[in-house]
Formats: sequence, C-alpha cells, structure tokens
Amino acid sequence: MTRNEIFEKVREVLVEALGVDDDEVSADASLAADLGAESIDFLDIVFQLEQAFGFKIEQGELFPENVTQDPDFVQDGMVTEKGLTMLRERLPHIDFAALEADPQITRVAQVFTVDALVNFCERKLAA
Amino acid sequence: MRWIWIDRVLELERGKRLVAIKNITMAEDHLHDHFPEVRDDAGQLVHPATPVMPGSLVIEGMAQTAGILVGHAEDFREKVVLAKVTRATLDRDATPGTTIRHTAELAMHSEQGAATKGTVDLFDHAHPDAGWVTIGKIDLMFSHLDQNIAGTEFPDHNFVFSETFRTLLVNSGIGCDF
Repeated sequence: MTRNEIFEKVREVLVEALGVDDDEVSADASLAADLGAESIDFLDIVFQLEQAFGFKIEQGELFPENVTQDPDFVQDGMVTEKGLTMLRERLPHIDFAALEADPQITRVAQVFTVDALVNFCERKLAA
Repeated sequence: MRWIWIDRVLELERGKRLVAIKNITMAEDHLHDHFPEVRDDAGQLVHPATPVMPGSLVIEGMAQTAGILVGHAEDFREKVVLAKVTRATLDRDATPGTTIRHTAELAMHSEQGAATKGTVDLFDHAHPDAGWVTIGKIDLMFSHLDQNIAGTEFPDHNFVFSETFRTLLVNSGIGCDF
C-alpha cells in the first residue's frame, strides 16, 4: 500500500470518527486543535484504524498514556528531557521537533497530527 | 429516580449481541410535555397534543441496551459509561402504544472501552400486520471509567450497574451477581 493510499484510508477514518469534512483532513492538521478530537475520539480512532487496516493496536502504542501524571516526565507544566526521551522511544511515528522547541505540556496534543497517524500505519504495515 | 429506558432484555449472546424492548405508555410524564396541545389567544385549537418519545431518550435506551452488553461481556467488573454517540438517525416517531426494540451488537472491545452498533425497530400495536419496522440506527462508544487515559481515579464500587439494572436482568431471566 502506498503512502497516498494509507493517507486516504486514514482520512476516511477521521471523517467517520470526528465528523469532519474530507478537505479538513490535511497532513499537518492536528487531531485535537484542528479537527476537534476529544479524549474518547482517540479510542474511536484506534478502533477504526484496526478495522480499516486489519492490524491490532496495543494500548499506548499509538497515543501515550499517563504521561502527565508522572513527575519524572512533567515538571512545572513542562515536559522534561526524560519525558521527551520516553516519548521519542515509545512513539517513533511522531515528530516531536515542535515540542522539543517549546515543551509546554499544553502543546503535547498538537504533535498528534494526521501525518503522525499515516506514519504509524505505514510502520505497522511494514512490520 | 428510575432512569431506565428499557423494560426487558429478550436476547443476550455474550460479547456479541443484546436485544431489549421498551413499551411506550401514556403514564410517562414527559410525553405530556413533548408535545402539549397549542391553542391561540381565543382558545381555538392550533395543534393537538402529540406525545412522542424524545429521541434523546431513545438514544439513552440504546445506551443502556449496549451498556449492559458491554458490561456483561466483562462480568460487570468495569464501570461502563457512554462516552460518544458516534451516529444516531431516527426516521420515525415512537408514540404511546408502540414498542421499541433495541438491538445492540459489539463492534470493538478493548481494555479501555467498546464500540457498539445498534438498530432501533418499532412495533405499532394498532398495525400488527406491519411487524417490526426499522426506524433508526444508533452507534455508540463506551469508556471503561477506571481505564481513562488521564489516570483519574474513581470510587471502587461499581455505581454504573446498580440495583435497577440488576432487577431488569433478573426479571429477564439473566443471572448476574453484581
């Protein structure tokens, strides 16, 4: 499956799960900030990607969990270096450059873009 | 308050499918306000009363049907809460004297929650020959409250599956020990 075909499938999933229009789903769109995804939508996206692509997604594999509760990872509203290292290791499909430049916890949600989902699916299909 | 919008479970296939019915009756208070008759200033009838089951409560009935399906699949250990109405379409009103049938099927299920697909059928007792007619589709998502990604903690006891649900299940011939 080409990256373009993967993108189209991801787009269909997001249109279905988030009730957005096709043209809103651009590669750099953030799921939360641009497409209005709320916490339960992330579980919906996981379910729908599993159905669309036929692979199993383990808990915490696509989106991180319990990061903000761990004082090792977040201090004074900022993601720590240790937190960033953990995120990079656990979630290789995500580009953390913007978060590294400005590691405010409130900016974590913005790294979850459409492109990150396409990267994730591409890696899963290649594995 | 007895916030229960199904009367009986008819079929249960563990982890797959649950069918429940709801009889709509004029004894339900909200039907008298949804919608009352309308008269003009001279007292002339503009619009007769049209008691109709609110669509939001039809959705709640499906949420209870599907919620029990999810809860039963995991022996009612999890606090199963409605998290998202993925899709809801209702093409026809349900009025007193009719019966709604909710059929919920488990589409996805994980440690964090579940997704269900549902069909709403209507039986009009004034027209039994018409049989069950599909009037809507309601797809839902449920979250397991204790598995929330924010890590928020909730009380230990399962406040979702209460005595009311136990009564419903026992009266429907379904064993449960919560």
